[in-house]
Amino acid sequence: MDLILVNLIDGLVTGLLLFMLSAGLTLIFSMMGVLNFAHASFYMLGAYFAYQISLALGFWMGLLIAPIVVGVLGAGVERYGLRRVHQYGHVPELIFTFGLALLIEEMVQFVWGKNQMAYSVPEVLNFTAFAISGNSIPAYKIFMIFTSIAIFIGLLYILTKTRVGMIIQAALSYPRTVEALGHNVPLIFMGVFGVGTALAGLAGVIAGPVLGTFPGMAFVLGSIVFVTIVIGGLGSLWGALVASLLIGWITTFAKSYNIEMEDVLNSIGISTPENLSDSVFRDFWSLTSPQIADILPYILMVLILIFRPAGLFGKRQS
Amino acid sequence: MKNITKLGAVSALSLVLGASAAFAENIKIAFIDPLSGPFASTGTNGLHQFEFAADYMVNANGGLLDGQQVEIVAFDNKISPKESLIQLQVAIDQGIHYIVQGNSSGVANALTEAVDKHNRRNPDSRVLFLNYAAVDPALTNEKCNFWHFRFDANADIKMDALTDVIAADEGIKKVYLIGQDYSFGKAVSAAANQFLGEKRPDIEIVGDELHPIGKVKDFTPYARKIVSSGADAVITGNWGADMLGLGKSVIENGFNGPIYTYYAAGSGITGAFGESGKGRIRLISQGGINPIASDEARATYEAFEAKYPEGNIDQSRIFNVIGMLSKAITAAGTATDVVAVAGQLEGMEYDSMWGGKIFMRPQDHQAIQDMHVAVHTDENLDFDYDNSGFGVVTESTVEMASMDSATTCEMKRP
Repeated sequence: MDLILVNLIDGLVTGLLLFMLSAGLTLIFSMMGVLNFAHASFYMLGAYFAYQISLALGFWMGLLIAPIVVGVLGAGVERYGLRRVHQYGHVPELIFTFGLALLIEEMVQFVWGKNQMAYSVPEVLNFTAFAISGNSIPAYKIFMIFTSIAIFIGLLYILTKTRVGMIIQAALSYPRTVEALGHNVPLIFMGVFGVGTALAGLAGVIAGPVLGTFPGMAFVLGSIVFVTIVIGGLGSLWGALVASLLIGWITTFAKSYNIEMEDVLNSIGISTPENLSDSVFRDFWSLTSPQIADILPYILMVLILIFRPAGLFGKRQS
Repeated sequence: MKNITKLGAVSALSLVLGASAAFAENIKIAFIDPLSGPFASTGTNGLHQFEFAADYMVNANGGLLDGQQVEIVAFDNKISPKESLIQLQVAIDQGIHYIVQGNSSGVANALTEAVDKHNRRNPDSRVLFLNYAAVDPALTNEKCNFWHFRFDANADIKMDALTDVIAADEGIKKVYLIGQDYSFGKAVSAAANQFLGEKRPDIEIVGDELHPIGKVKDFTPYARKIVSSGADAVITGNWGADMLGLGKSVIENGFNGPIYTYYAAGSGITGAFGESGKGRIRLISQGGINPIASDEARATYEAFEAKYPEGNIDQSRIFNVIGMLSKAITAAGTATDVVAVAGQLEGMEYDSMWGGKIFMRPQDHQAIQDMHVAVHTDENLDFDYDNSGFGVVTESTVEMASMDSATTCEMKRP
């Protein structure tokens, strides 16, 4: 029972982290119709920049400066890269972001090398916040939860309650009308791209110390971010949040409990074959939930695509 | 004028030919390991150590035979067995006779099979497979062949030595096993179960688990299971990013016992653990560097640090590979007849500068050597890792570990 609570917290941390990544990606997609393959690379840049800044100025300055630097870089990529490619259609844009992802990974390896970076949790947060029957919850995780929630509330407020947010929303659906009303739509695009990548950078800053800062970190997280926004519905902020939390909890619980395929199948009335070791389905019968935990989100994505192609909160585009 | 041009062209041509002939004399060693992706750091550091060992131990001393230089040719296999087989073919096509590989026993299993097949079909371009780190016991047991030599101790030998140390610790009553889900992780788990059962039947194995290799983002759920199982110690064969992720997560989430590992050092891992792993992380390996075994080793390490200030010698067996191969080539008097070189390697006794003797067991081509259990700390260091002030200090040593261990290898010699 205690473990359920601990797993809920752990899943929340994973989910919120995923949300910070997918929020930016889904905003960018809904606005420009482009899947940004380099999104996870900006996450990696955030971690590396923050590590470098933290060496000189400490963790908190890194937390402040790194996302801004990443955001400016992102805006630059949109202004001088994507905007030029945009006129040739979506495929060149996809290829552009794909190439950018490879380029950033190589650059990171060139500058920082291939080793793990010693980017660690700041001293003030390096203690156990509380423990539930021996399972300690590090204070840093609590900090991660609060940062992410603050970001979500801030985003939601800006998008729905402010004038800027309204213009952005209008530009999402009717860019030409908004342009005709005298707003600078390309500037809005650039801003959204910058903010989206800054969010990814921020996710990198706070995830780097716990998940490790190394050149493979973008690769490890890259595909799951796309899964998240497909499940949530492309372009939906709420969808990104719900899908992120769902994935966080599903994978955490699947890894924490050894649910065996044999028990599942038995409980729905299929009995174990008598000579299991000779059976062709031996591997299938001996599966355990931790083994398949990491592919569960993909299975979920396939199911969503079959039964609700627009995603949980997505609106089907005509 | 015309003649001069002709003369120039001819001499240029002969220069080119001469140069290529000189290149052809190099003894090339193909290094097939991951140089990109999640395990790039492990692979790249291995490559640096090979390049340095070849230059420092052989080329700087005038090369082998009649002055031939040893050259390391790097191939990136992206840790994929499929990719490795392609790279093996490329290496063979380039006329290379020696293959070194170490990261992932899955790759090693594929390579040893391919090398065996190739050597049977193409007696003219045979190659030797010098395995410096893949420790799946099968490679020197049921899957052994004449062309494969292993310079690291296999998972069974390591676990035998490691469990000697664990068995001596009366405080350990419950042990949790966790590893990567492939042949090596399974071998570690099987060996731990076997040896703990023999040496300390009272120890309860409270968890025995495998996770996907290189794909786990967050090890927290695994750490929770370890803590709630009440384990006194954790044993893991994890390496690369998987080792750091697991270790950090286990320590952060409230586990207080020792973590026994195979590979928790170097490649940034020692630096990233830092203070949090002090006195907690132990690892079993050959060739300890703290305390350093000889003046020669000290000079070597210092020269290495001068060349690679960011690097570590965390796989000192790489120097043994180069040393033993050089000795075998010199004794055989040829670098192209790999059967003769393999014959020299078999049964070779070699005095390693890192301490102790290395004996290449002829019946299964498994190197027998001293094994050390070391602890992660910042005290009494001759050399640290990752310039972090932290390193590993040898706590206990098992001499010529598993010298008489059984093997199921039925070696077929050409």
